[in-house]
Amino acid sequence: MSALEVVATGALTTPQDLGRPGLAGLGVAESGALDPGALRLANRLVGNAEDVTGLEVTLGGLALRARGEVLLAVTGAPVDVTVATSAGRRTHGVGAAVSVPDGAEVRLGSPGAGLRSWVAVRGGVDVDRPLGSASTDVLAGLGAPLAPGDVLEVGPPPDDAPPALDQAPLATPTDGTVVLRVVLGPRDDWFTDDALAALRRPWTVDARSNRVGLRLDGPALERSPAYADAELPSEGTVAGAVQVAANGLPVLFLADHPVTGGYPVVACVVTEDLPLAAQAVPGQEVRFRTVKGPRLP
Amino acid sequence: MRWRPCGDAAALAEVDDLDTVLRLHAAVAAAREAGALPGVVDVVPAARTLLVRCASSSSLEQTVESVARLSLPDAVPTASEEVTIEVAYDGEDLTDVAGHLDCDVTEVVRRHTATTWRVAFTGFAPGFGYLVPVLVDGDAHPLEVPRRPESRTRVPVGAVGLAGEFSGVYPRVSPGGWQLIGSTTTPTWDVDRDPPALLTPGARVRFREVGR
Repeated sequence: MSALEVVATGALTTPQDLGRPGLAGLGVAESGALDPGALRLANRLVGNAEDVTGLEVTLGGLALRARGEVLLAVTGAPVDVTVATSAGRRTHGVGAAVSVPDGAEVRLGSPGAGLRSWVAVRGGVDVDRPLGSASTDVLAGLGAPLAPGDVLEVGPPPDDAPPALDQAPLATPTDGTVVLRVVLGPRDDWFTDDALAALRRPWTVDARSNRVGLRLDGPALERSPAYADAELPSEGTVAGAVQVAANGLPVLFLADHPVTGGYPVVACVVTEDLPLAAQAVPGQEVRFRTVKGPRLP
Repeated sequence: MRWRPCGDAAALAEVDDLDTVLRLHAAVAAAREAGALPGVVDVVPAARTLLVRCASSSSLEQTVESVARLSLPDAVPTASEEVTIEVAYDGEDLTDVAGHLDCDVTEVVRRHTATTWRVAFTGFAPGFGYLVPVLVDGDAHPLEVPRRPESRTRVPVGAVGLAGEFSGVYPRVSPGGWQLIGSTTTPTWDVDRDPPALLTPGARVRFREVGR
């Protein structure tokens, strides 16, 4: 069986699959790849089932040495995928299957735009699956990020051959302002009209952002007088929730979010736009655009 | 019941009190078991709300209609199993708690160990159960105290605390604002156990004092 030796991890590399839905009642968030579509595509490019465990790489910099030949594909933020053998190096792009011969080293460069890339390996990487998923949940402490020296066993190849496709078209993350659609609520009534209008202004992504949430910097959101000193009994939250902490600054919850929270959530980003939020780089601008929510009684 | 949207595929049902939340949760759980709410992915009960998360916007709209038609049980079902947690009452806030309740430390320990608690819901961290006293009609809450004015940055594993109407045990090291009254060596979260949480919603809990 082939394997991958971790040479370097970049800022953070975690094993991810499609997460562990349905455990929120136990206090465990769904977790999983922050762009599930990108992980699914990477898996398809190497002939895997879409939910096979891959690697989520933050800001490039992952380097792996192959033991036995390995076929992999990278999606998400565009990076150079360089394969170095004794015969020289060859650079590939994202969105295509790349063969890494036995003993060769494959290295991901820094993304030109966006923050996170996903690596699928034909056969998948074999890591522990606490509570039924290989996903690392950095808040709940489930699974673990990769460290240099780790050896990832590669699973048996699937029956399907990799597709004949050369290059899958990928959307490149914007390096301008990220616009995210939100549905107001559940606690928009805790805030002034000015605060709700301020959601449309540009917010700056703070460097302390991670898989738990995107911390946003800007003018503090003001509470309406009726709720100025109110304390919210803890309530369930979702990925995409824009929670406003005591200092008035919003945190946009991502996949490893706390399952309940005691600060009001002013609005929630729609599911489809969460992968865009996952590509926002510290310092980049984010704006919210209000859309109509589901029909509720 | 008032519905509040949480994005495109989830909503909070807001009700008057914890008891109604738990009865609504019981009704939703029974309906899911019977296959009546197929689009539901997650249900999270909390102090005044039940979060219902679905696979899509349309399944949320259908689910909300179905949930509005459910009839709630008269009383919250309680599990027959009883979990015993051994506690050394050596918490840093024990004296403050006694002060809030206008009694002495021995009385705080007596009330905590004499009360049968029930796991109302889980949240905050994996395996953190929010425990409420099982009260007979008219009984006053024996141990209602405010949160600490400032949150601690590090609460140790196994710390036993009180806040508002709840008691709880910290499953892992975390920040926390609860009043700490003791500590236990009983693990409340173990991913290799099924279920991983010792304190599951509905379970009854008793605390027993052990030496420090």
